[in-house]
Amino acid sequence: MSRLREKLLSGQFVTTAEIAPPKGADIASALITANKLNLVDAINITDNQGACMRMAPVALARVLVENGYEPILQITCRDRNRLALQSDILGASALGIKNLLILTGDHPGFGDHTAARPVFDLDSVQLLKGVSDLQSGHDMAGNPLDCRPDFFAGAAAAPAAEPRDLVMFKIKKKISCGAEFFQTQAVFNRSQIETFMNVVSGAHVPVLLGVLLLKGPRMARYLNDHIPGVHVPDELIKRLDDASDPLTEGVLIAREMVSWARELCQGVHLMTFGREDLIPQILAD
Amino acid sequence: MIISSPKDKQKLKQLLAPYASIFLVGCGSCATVCKVGGEDEIFATQEWLEQDGKDVTGSMILDEACHIMRAARELRRFRDQVKDADALLVLSCGAGAQSISDGCDKPVLTGVDPLFLGNVRRFGQYEEKCSLCGECLLNQTGGICPVTTCAKGLLNGPCGGMNNGHCEVDIERDCAWVRIYERLSHQGQDIFTQAVEPKDWSRKFKPGLHDLNRVQQKGRQK
Repeated sequence: MSRLREKLLSGQFVTTAEIAPPKGADIASALITANKLNLVDAINITDNQGACMRMAPVALARVLVENGYEPILQITCRDRNRLALQSDILGASALGIKNLLILTGDHPGFGDHTAARPVFDLDSVQLLKGVSDLQSGHDMAGNPLDCRPDFFAGAAAAPAAEPRDLVMFKIKKKISCGAEFFQTQAVFNRSQIETFMNVVSGAHVPVLLGVLLLKGPRMARYLNDHIPGVHVPDELIKRLDDASDPLTEGVLIAREMVSWARELCQGVHLMTFGREDLIPQILAD
Repeated sequence: MIISSPKDKQKLKQLLAPYASIFLVGCGSCATVCKVGGEDEIFATQEWLEQDGKDVTGSMILDEACHIMRAARELRRFRDQVKDADALLVLSCGAGAQSISDGCDKPVLTGVDPLFLGNVRRFGQYEEKCSLCGECLLNQTGGICPVTTCAKGLLNGPCGGMNNGHCEVDIERDCAWVRIYERLSHQGQDIFTQAVEPKDWSRKFKPGLHDLNRVQQKGRQK
């Protein structure tokens, strides 16, 4: 059974972080990063993140399992049709992977293979249902499986995205199709977290709040200009602007977000962009 | 209407390099409306080819190049000029070009890139609204097609890339799901509580083949 699921079920506050598989065939550097994530409960392995081609995440996830880590295998709908997705998910089960994060995926137009044909045979809602199907012993076409997989399958959410109603409808669909936990996009506004938690609280689906380490004002402005569903409020940008050491201020801000998460959510998903060494400070009470 | 754009002139020149004499084919339908293969373009292409030292043996503009039998008939009518040509250059969509390539044994080149089935906003402004997916969902989506107008063709609402109601792939565009949501909300309809099943792509026959007389027996239906 998923250790992540067990911890969340027992009411423990959980921490996750993420690693991108290597751009190449050597897995060593990813293992070094994993080693720095000793404080987190589970590690997301991204799936051709940003539509940039990297090693298959299932390979890295398996190596993490062998080394005693708890991976969350991210699966996007961009590169595979429903046959490939289901067979890869069954394969992940055979490799001892217990957690999935089901995503639609970034459009190839943003990545490093812009000429690639986008697949999107399924969307995240439909693939969540597909995972539920597999877990109940049949494939998406209704054919029986000789052995059913057992996953803890989650989904993504962007609580700060607008229009809010439309975003929340999709969140509810994800829950109805089997999402057992959420990892959110970075949120910097307490009321947005509260609104989101009101929507999901009735469903008792644990939420890991996305906490992003702002390394400086320039990064904050970049996020506002370029990353959909993320908004860093002006007051936080001003704090970073005024700080003598913006990175220290960024850690302080992240700690505040973690404290909101301790109060309102069930865990945090940390995005530290190479500063895994700061995770102990971010998580310090 | 099929929206097409002219191929790059330099690339076309390279493609035509092995051929000294060319017979030109235009189309009076879509290719004329979007100004890639009507009378004006055929004349201009003839001039361009002749300036380049080619011999243009003749030209014809079909009413509808996609009409297989009519294209074959017109080719027969121009058989002498076609015979004198080393190759044919077709300024129509790929469907039209293939009526021609199936109807003669000479090399058939196409001078345009077909883009999409488009609605016309005004001349020169075309919008893709239907991708001929084989099973129309418009009745469920307020008359706005998500298969076509969502960059990812998603059926269950906006992706995480929705940016304040706009599409991240083209920030100038409204997110298809925002448009659907606004229209349906305005009409007091709600499709957002039920998850939409994966699309049945077996309905998109490829290559498409449709026979009105045999439509009842059309295979592969469950």
